[in-house]
Amino acid sequence: MSIDKKTVENVAHLARINLDKKELDKISGQLEHILSFIDKLSSLNTDNIAPTSHILPISNVLRKDELRKSLPIAKTLMNAPAKQGNFFVVPKIIE
Amino acid sequence: MELSRLTAHELLEKIRNKEITSEQIHSDLNKKIEELDPKVKAYVRTSHTLNPEPSVNLKGIPVSIKDNICTEGYHTECCSKILAGFNPPYNATVINRIIASGNSFLGLKCNMDEFAFGSSTENSCFGPTHNPWNLECVPGGSSGGSAAAVAADEAIWALGTDTGGSIRQPASFCGVVGLKPTYGRVSRFGLIAFASSLDQIGPLTKDVRDAALLMNIISGYDANDSTSVNTPVPDYTKDLINDIKGMRVGIPKEYFVKGLDPEVKAAVEEAISKLKSLGAQFKEVSLPHTEYAVPVYYIIATAEASSNLARFDAVQYGLREDQKSLIDMYKKTRQLGFGDEAKRRILLGTFALSHGYYDAYYLRAQKVRTLIKQDFDNVFKDFDCIITPTSPTPAFKIGEKTDDPLKMYLSDIYTISVNLAGIPAISVPCGFTKKGLPVGLQILSQHFNEGALLRLAYTYEQNTGWHKIKLKL
Repeated sequence: MSIDKKTVENVAHLARINLDKKELDKISGQLEHILSFIDKLSSLNTDNIAPTSHILPISNVLRKDELRKSLPIAKTLMNAPAKQGNFFVVPKIIE
Repeated sequence: MELSRLTAHELLEKIRNKEITSEQIHSDLNKKIEELDPKVKAYVRTSHTLNPEPSVNLKGIPVSIKDNICTEGYHTECCSKILAGFNPPYNATVINRIIASGNSFLGLKCNMDEFAFGSSTENSCFGPTHNPWNLECVPGGSSGGSAAAVAADEAIWALGTDTGGSIRQPASFCGVVGLKPTYGRVSRFGLIAFASSLDQIGPLTKDVRDAALLMNIISGYDANDSTSVNTPVPDYTKDLINDIKGMRVGIPKEYFVKGLDPEVKAAVEEAISKLKSLGAQFKEVSLPHTEYAVPVYYIIATAEASSNLARFDAVQYGLREDQKSLIDMYKKTRQLGFGDEAKRRILLGTFALSHGYYDAYYLRAQKVRTLIKQDFDNVFKDFDCIITPTSPTPAFKIGEKTDDPLKMYLSDIYTISVNLAGIPAISVPCGFTKKGLPVGLQILSQHFNEGALLRLAYTYEQNTGWHKIKLKL
């Protein structure tokens, strides 16, 4: 399977990364090269093999649904590029 | 006496005997860093930018910390522009454990490939670290800063992280000891995630005893990391036994093939005959799915990375490029904030998880991961350990592989399977090439059998003494 520029553009949109034309050309070529190597996996028969979901035989980790101490608001916001009161500020998203 | 040249256990004994104080160690270390780091560049900052008078920081033996492990009050930026100025609001669990053990951490952080994406520490937004044994060579990666600092005596001991070999490969390139613990042995809470099913924090040290001591400090269950395992932590120093008579060791034939540097091969074979003479029993074994490990890894690790790195959204922390719309803000910020390798991996991972490709790539990779794990399970039915080279080559030149990502990925060929199987492994120095570059021997064992690694590594070290050969800078 190969990857064309249109697919890379679509994937970049999904990953929310802008690529200029130069970046798109370079990365498309590199991804194609890497994927042609990865395609070696398709030669292997994986019928009836269970995918690894966790490397150790552990079961779900549950805890009681009770109030616990959490990070104070001031600390939560201390690295925010833009904040107002107790909130993160983002560009307007409703027209 | 230069205290920075000593191991942590030697320094601890001197403190106990009241010959020296922790302050002396710190001041000696700072002198060494001032003298050597302009050449080595193991550390990414030269001063405590956030906390000019770190009072907590003068106890016990200081541990040097990779830049992806959160230290409250000290910049933690994963060597990425997108996290510029990030001041963690809390400590990683390993940092709290170090403090609780009566030791301290160095506020200066160690260089690394951006988000641990790399095998050479060249993908750092601060520029590359230089290998102390040859300043034109890479120190390995991604924990290249931690390994170089320990090798150059700019650190007593250090923490790195290992997702596909990022502790062991730099340890081997820099001639130090590096241990990747069993998945779940050490809490990942406060480690900025790369690939959550593969990442582990572990020690880089000057000898095997220090690795055991640091494992005693950082290991254990943590309610904040639901993948950490709640089994008792043994005293790893009890495994430092200079005796391996009867230990059963497998040599995987798939690791001694084309592409293995002849000098590395010779050093590892000499180490094997030494261990034979010390009483270990060797036999050739097979790990038949070895050739699939790199492709499996670059699907699973990038898929997990693309998901983990979605959190860098210009809202909660880090870089922000203001734009009119939210989506444009995400896209522009991530274009400017991530380096080339980070972009490549996020795109590859997003592709592997995207509609129409998921089954062919991600699901298939998770199935082959099962086969790789079964290979190890089969061998460990009859063997205590497996021995391999840590890396197919010694340290390569800075710039040698930066234009060819796939070539760089293949330098992890001997270390990656360990992370896919979740087992522990250690790299110990086993000699030098003719040009004076260190070579590393890798020992693998089954889940939670760090004890066997330490015992074999300790016996080898005590009977060869490679770790005592110090570099001159």
